[in-house]
Amino acid sequence: MLSRANLIGALLFLAAGVVGLFLPPWLVSLLTIAFANALVVLGLIILWRAGLVPFGQALYYCSGAYTVALLARWGGIGDAFVLLIAGGLVAGVVAFLTGFLLARYREIFFAMLSLAMSMILYGVLVKTETLGSTDGFGVDPPHFLGYAPHGDTLGFTLYWFVLLVCAIAALVIGAYFKSVAGALAVPIRDNEIRVEFLGISVTRLIHMKLVIAGTLAGVGGALAAMTIGHVDPNMAYWTTSGGFVFVTILAGAGSVAAAFVGSLVFEIVRSFAFAVLPGFWQMTLGIVLLLTILFLPEGLGSLATRFRRRKPDTKPVATS
Amino acid sequence: MSAILSVSGLEKTFGSVVAARDISLDIPAQQTVGVIGANGAGKTTFVNMITGHLRPTKGTILFEGRDITGLPSRDITQMGISRSFQVAQVFPSLSVFDNMCAATAIARGDGRFVSAALRSVRAPEIAADVNVAIELFQIAAYRDTLASTLPQGIRKLLDIAMAVAGAPRVLLLDEPTSGISIEEKFQLMDVVMSALKARNITVLFVEHDMEIVERFADRVLAFYDGTVIADGSPGETLGQARVQELITGAKLKSPRGEASTHA
Repeated sequence: MLSRANLIGALLFLAAGVVGLFLPPWLVSLLTIAFANALVVLGLIILWRAGLVPFGQALYYCSGAYTVALLARWGGIGDAFVLLIAGGLVAGVVAFLTGFLLARYREIFFAMLSLAMSMILYGVLVKTETLGSTDGFGVDPPHFLGYAPHGDTLGFTLYWFVLLVCAIAALVIGAYFKSVAGALAVPIRDNEIRVEFLGISVTRLIHMKLVIAGTLAGVGGALAAMTIGHVDPNMAYWTTSGGFVFVTILAGAGSVAAAFVGSLVFEIVRSFAFAVLPGFWQMTLGIVLLLTILFLPEGLGSLATRFRRRKPDTKPVATS
Repeated sequence: MSAILSVSGLEKTFGSVVAARDISLDIPAQQTVGVIGANGAGKTTFVNMITGHLRPTKGTILFEGRDITGLPSRDITQMGISRSFQVAQVFPSLSVFDNMCAATAIARGDGRFVSAALRSVRAPEIAADVNVAIELFQIAAYRDTLASTLPQGIRKLLDIAMAVAGAPRVLLLDEPTSGISIEEKFQLMDVVMSALKARNITVLFVEHDMEIVERFADRVLAFYDGTVIADGSPGETLGQARVQELITGAKLKSPRGEASTHA
């Protein structure tokens, strides 16, 4: 468990936590959202490795967020740990149910079907006036095992809470990528028939990936709801899903770390583009994506592997 | 004599096209059976039905006494029947080692998905199995080569080695030497057959080269128009007038010997 990569990862998360102490609250809040969204991206990386790109991952993101908001408002539950687990669980169940259908489709059909499912949730939420329709509704600030911070302290506490969740997710998904089920992603992308003839069900492997990715998206959504303090149907809208796919392309599917780096770069670029060129921030993002695809087709994550590969020898190494 | 594989009254139709009909035969354990026949005679359909890729329209397939007719291919593989493919089916973006690890890891799994998520794909016992297998199939020199860049013969060997990773009792080889140069064919078959003999595997192989069939098969099935027209030792089957007329060509004078025609 305590491999070198895990140790470095733990240190980086700790460093990020310490750095947070010296940053202004607005930047901490931005980083919190970036890390929460990175969990959704991590889920997309799991699917992308198997050749699947869903354009409806916001379905699970929104499910997690609304679970938190509903429990806080009507369930009287305010503990961040309980809310987080509930958000992940509900999204996981939704992913499990939609997975029976989604796991049978590939490529554009898979992408469009997942998109359609997320738009159904969007449509339902928009029409539900008790949940605030298009405006959504507020989420009461959470407390942490009895500790109930306010103002900036709440922001910092949430930041560390999100970092903790991300560190655990990174550890678990890192182990999953090395497991049989995780490592079979590339074989599935390469040759499904061969995988079936080796004696394992591709549909069920993909179903499992969908549930893991959905749970991660739900956890991300739950954290986002707590951080923003508000949920609205846009969390299920296709542009939200598209944003996650954007970050996944930016990050690349090479490693767990890529999800976090990609998400941070995306939030920072977006914020600065918005501040410096308010009228052209979408264009700035578009240019960044274009440059990534042209010069780093394997994403930001490939920078690290390229560097590492060049050092010991120039022999091609199989990436897994 | 108890048969490891036993089919009776097997039939497969696609609309009005009859791809296989009235196939009944028993294969005893550890026999090496060659399957010959012209293109479209039903050889691959036969292989596809046994391995669960196609569901027979009629008839039953018994494996070690259990009815496996119409089961999904992955279940049949788990029970102990593997196959290789006419066009090698490997994972091009993985190295030979990782291809074998994937195959071995699946084979060693109990089919449960929770345990598949918890075991490492490169666990020491899997890597050890893989290293033995790639030595056995003489592809160890290509251990770290990407499968997409392998020479055709090595790719074929990898495909077969992957099929054998699951320690099957029955292995079906669909044209193991197709796409291989004539000089390399015998060498490839020598490697494959000695590896399979070492593991006591019952083999059924589809083959067009009659020299290979004569050399490696204990028994030969001749397919024509979806059914078996001759079944016996290589000498008997290849010696039959109908087989010569319909499959091997009538060039043969002696019942055995220079049967080097391509069908």
